[in-house]
Amino acid sequence: MAATLFDKVWTAHEVVPETADTPAVLYIDLHLIHEVTSPQAFSVLRSQNLPVRRPDRTLATMDHSTPTLTEQVFGNVPIKVDAAAKQVRQLEINAAEFGIELFDMKDGRRGIVHVISPELGCTQPGMTIVCGDSHTSTHGAFGALAFGMGSTEVGHVFATQCLLQRKPKTFAINVEGALRPGVTAKDLILAIIGKIGVSGGTGYVFEYRGSTIRGLSMDERMTICNMSIEAGARAGMIAPDDITFEYLESKPRAPKGADWDTAVARWRTLVSDPGAVFDASVDIDATALEPMITYGTNPGMVVPLSGAVPQKSGDAVYDKALAYMGFHGGEAMLGKPVDVVFIGSCTNGRLEDLQAAARVLKGRKVAAGVRLLIVPGSQQIKHDAETLGLAQIFKDAGADWRESGCSMCLGMNGDTVAPGQYSISTSNRNFEGRQGVGARTLLVSPMTAAASAVRGKIADPREYL
Amino acid sequence: MQPLQRVRSKSVVIDSTNVDTDQIIPARFLTTTTKEGLGQQLFCDWRYLPDGKPNPDFILNKPEAAGCQILVAGRNFGCGSSREHAPWALVDYGFRAVISTEIADIFKSNALKNGLLPITVDESTAQWLLTHPGADIDIDLTSTRLTLPTGVAVTFPIEAFARHCLLNGIDELGYLRSKLDTIERYEAARPW
Repeated sequence: MAATLFDKVWTAHEVVPETADTPAVLYIDLHLIHEVTSPQAFSVLRSQNLPVRRPDRTLATMDHSTPTLTEQVFGNVPIKVDAAAKQVRQLEINAAEFGIELFDMKDGRRGIVHVISPELGCTQPGMTIVCGDSHTSTHGAFGALAFGMGSTEVGHVFATQCLLQRKPKTFAINVEGALRPGVTAKDLILAIIGKIGVSGGTGYVFEYRGSTIRGLSMDERMTICNMSIEAGARAGMIAPDDITFEYLESKPRAPKGADWDTAVARWRTLVSDPGAVFDASVDIDATALEPMITYGTNPGMVVPLSGAVPQKSGDAVYDKALAYMGFHGGEAMLGKPVDVVFIGSCTNGRLEDLQAAARVLKGRKVAAGVRLLIVPGSQQIKHDAETLGLAQIFKDAGADWRESGCSMCLGMNGDTVAPGQYSISTSNRNFEGRQGVGARTLLVSPMTAAASAVRGKIADPREYL
Repeated sequence: MQPLQRVRSKSVVIDSTNVDTDQIIPARFLTTTTKEGLGQQLFCDWRYLPDGKPNPDFILNKPEAAGCQILVAGRNFGCGSSREHAPWALVDYGFRAVISTEIADIFKSNALKNGLLPITVDESTAQWLLTHPGADIDIDLTSTRLTLPTGVAVTFPIEAFARHCLLNGIDELGYLRSKLDTIERYEAARPW
């Protein structure tokens, strides 16, 4: 029977198939951990005197609560928040005690967990990949089945290398046509979320398909899959192809020599068969898309950049969101004020994102009164951006160029937006208070963020290309 | 885990859709390395004013909310971050069940592992619940029935194995570990 990409990966990892009474026992190939959602799981292991069963399939980094100031990462200036410092220290203790490889604070391979695993070649097609973090969906860009989970399940994977899972449904997202200049993968995924809604994917695994997706780079595909969870889907997948293999071949932990050839032959089978049936589908015309921007307090509240805040009457929840944002129905998005611009995160903190921002910022200055914070997704990307001269472009423009981490995406490390301030952000969530108490977040692409930093108001990046 | 068969309580209503886990427990409180005490920060930015005093308009600060174990909320409760700190905070505060028309996947999975019942109901039942805060609700996990004080009862879906574990106070990890022989055979047999 014709199978979907998801079906193939799922079936290959069923240790025990599901029954009416019991979920499937699903094997996990790669378990990524970080300092925030792992400590309680290690405590469970200690209390039951259990080892991490497969430390060789486990990789640890620190990203969420880590500082981005160079003197705090590499110097002797302590982490500002005591609890964060303790959490980082606890991961060092746990990794050492349970024999897990850890990229610690000063390691050149450290970075956001969803950025470093692909760039090391740990993320590979056909794998099952989990992490105590909802943006684990990012790794689906390689044709892996990758999803986030809570800390109890982190403990399950530690102890057994498996999870109990019900088989989700499949949802085909068909995207056809070329994106216009200035319209990016971020704009595409925001448009998709706007179309199907923030819970439209609940219970499903997405497969992004079609000519538009085939034409995207791996960095762009990761941006798309990353935000699957913002439409409610735990995972989003893209079938691997030559673009995937070309990206992976040079990565340090990808298979080498004859193993590479064997792996690629197997990976080429990881496509949805002709006639494979999906439980749901939607068609998107990429040629019609414009740069997108959110105006409310969830990622589904999104309009074209040239549009206006939608008007709705008699909807108290909608009114509350607009009141939080300080917006009124009918107001144009372009020209709205900007206080802070954040370029970074597991959504848009990769090298191509920084290159896109640099195209706009080159030879220009950040507007007076605007703070531009640029945080690379990993130390490797920081190094590359410095080698390629991007970092100098950012510094010349007046941006604050930092060490890698999650940073202002969720403000755990002290990189926050002040109450009431408007933050034009390339991250993934515009929830109330996400970037700081009272912070007002508008989600955009790196180019739109850079253009808005220069203008000092929400600006169309196409005027700067 | 303690067995959980029935929750009978008055309801607390938060009539908002898409209540995300950043609202349930903001990220700045995730620097903890334990599960305990998170109830104090539950819904922190809605519950407290900027000066740290309780917001008198927020339902959890009203006397009628005291002791309530059932939270009723709008569609798509628990969306966003996978933080298990969200159900930990709800349980630490005293909630035993959340009712909505739709509950986000990861939150639902996390809730079931912590003795917090994620109950999804049809639109008309949800509308009744949202417009009747403080109603006496009876949730019976054995029969998977939710009964309103009007006498109207509806059945609710719940994953069979999670229900079995909750009813009997079984830890899912013990079941998974009972499969270790099968897991080892799977690893040995896999060609790649």
